[in-house]
Amino acid sequence: MNIMPRSVRQRIRSIMFRLPLMITCAEFEDFIISYLDGSLSPGQRRVFELHLAVCRECRNYLAAYRSAMSVTRDVLDAQTADTLADVPEDLVSAVLAARSQQKRK
Amino acid sequence: MKLPESSDPAPVTEQKPHAMIRQDKAVTEQFVRANLGWMLAVAKRIVKDSASAEDVVQDAFSNVFKNLETFRGDAALKTWMHRIVVNQALMALRRQRRRNEQPIDELLPEFDRDGCRIDEPSMLSDIARTPEAMLLSADRRQQVLASIERLPDSYRVVLMLRDIEELTTSEVAEMTGLSEANVKVRLHRARAALKKLLSPLFEGAGL
Repeated sequence: MNIMPRSVRQRIRSIMFRLPLMITCAEFEDFIISYLDGSLSPGQRRVFELHLAVCRECRNYLAAYRSAMSVTRDVLDAQTADTLADVPEDLVSAVLAARSQQKRK
Repeated sequence: MKLPESSDPAPVTEQKPHAMIRQDKAVTEQFVRANLGWMLAVAKRIVKDSASAEDVVQDAFSNVFKNLETFRGDAALKTWMHRIVVNQALMALRRQRRRNEQPIDELLPEFDRDGCRIDEPSMLSDIARTPEAMLLSADRRQQVLASIERLPDSYRVVLMLRDIEELTTSEVAEMTGLSEANVKVRLHRARAALKKLLSPLFEGAGL
């Protein structure tokens, strides 16, 4: 639980993020995509992970960001499974009919 | 997305497309049946509505048949077909009239003057720790799909191509005409916007 009011926490963070090897949340945000695709240099990665270690807001944010990605993937996989289970017969016929037309030309 | 393996034991891929070029009816039908489903799924993800997706698949097959003779076999047949259907779908999307789209800026994360994140904690962050909770109800699935559709097309497409079709940044850049840097920016914004759209769905719910 937090005993400090949000405004105080915010203030502390903004001072902390000016220390050496520290980045702000806004800068952290710009690194996310490269962090996730593994393209940060070892030095950048350390800076990124240091911010992650000290900033709960960004930890929560990144976790939610990754969850959104996996929920999206799961839902679209389920949609694919539905499509595969119920291939429209008239589309199969249409494709085959078009093929024999094409050949005759 | 992992391209599904063909269900038949001697995949058409192996026989090379010669039998189809000769117009062997049975082989052609088998080929169409083995591939139509996944191609339709790809098309639906890009153009969204089923009717246009079916048109895309028809055009893609016609393209595949037309070019079978020149297919060199140095790429896997399925990879080649995947590119064809994606390209066809992108063309169809460009032809569609754009609806009123919500500007993506409203969905991006916010920071204060000092660069500190202003973000409400979200239940969504707990999902990562409970993968078995991923079994989503049909209702929830519909809501997630609707959220994806709310993304502006130019962002949604990049998200689909990178995260779902699993194309590389440079492939997506080539297919969309965007720079690689722009593909990355759009991918990140699309994911961030989707995070914001999905968060309220998971609020309070133990899923």
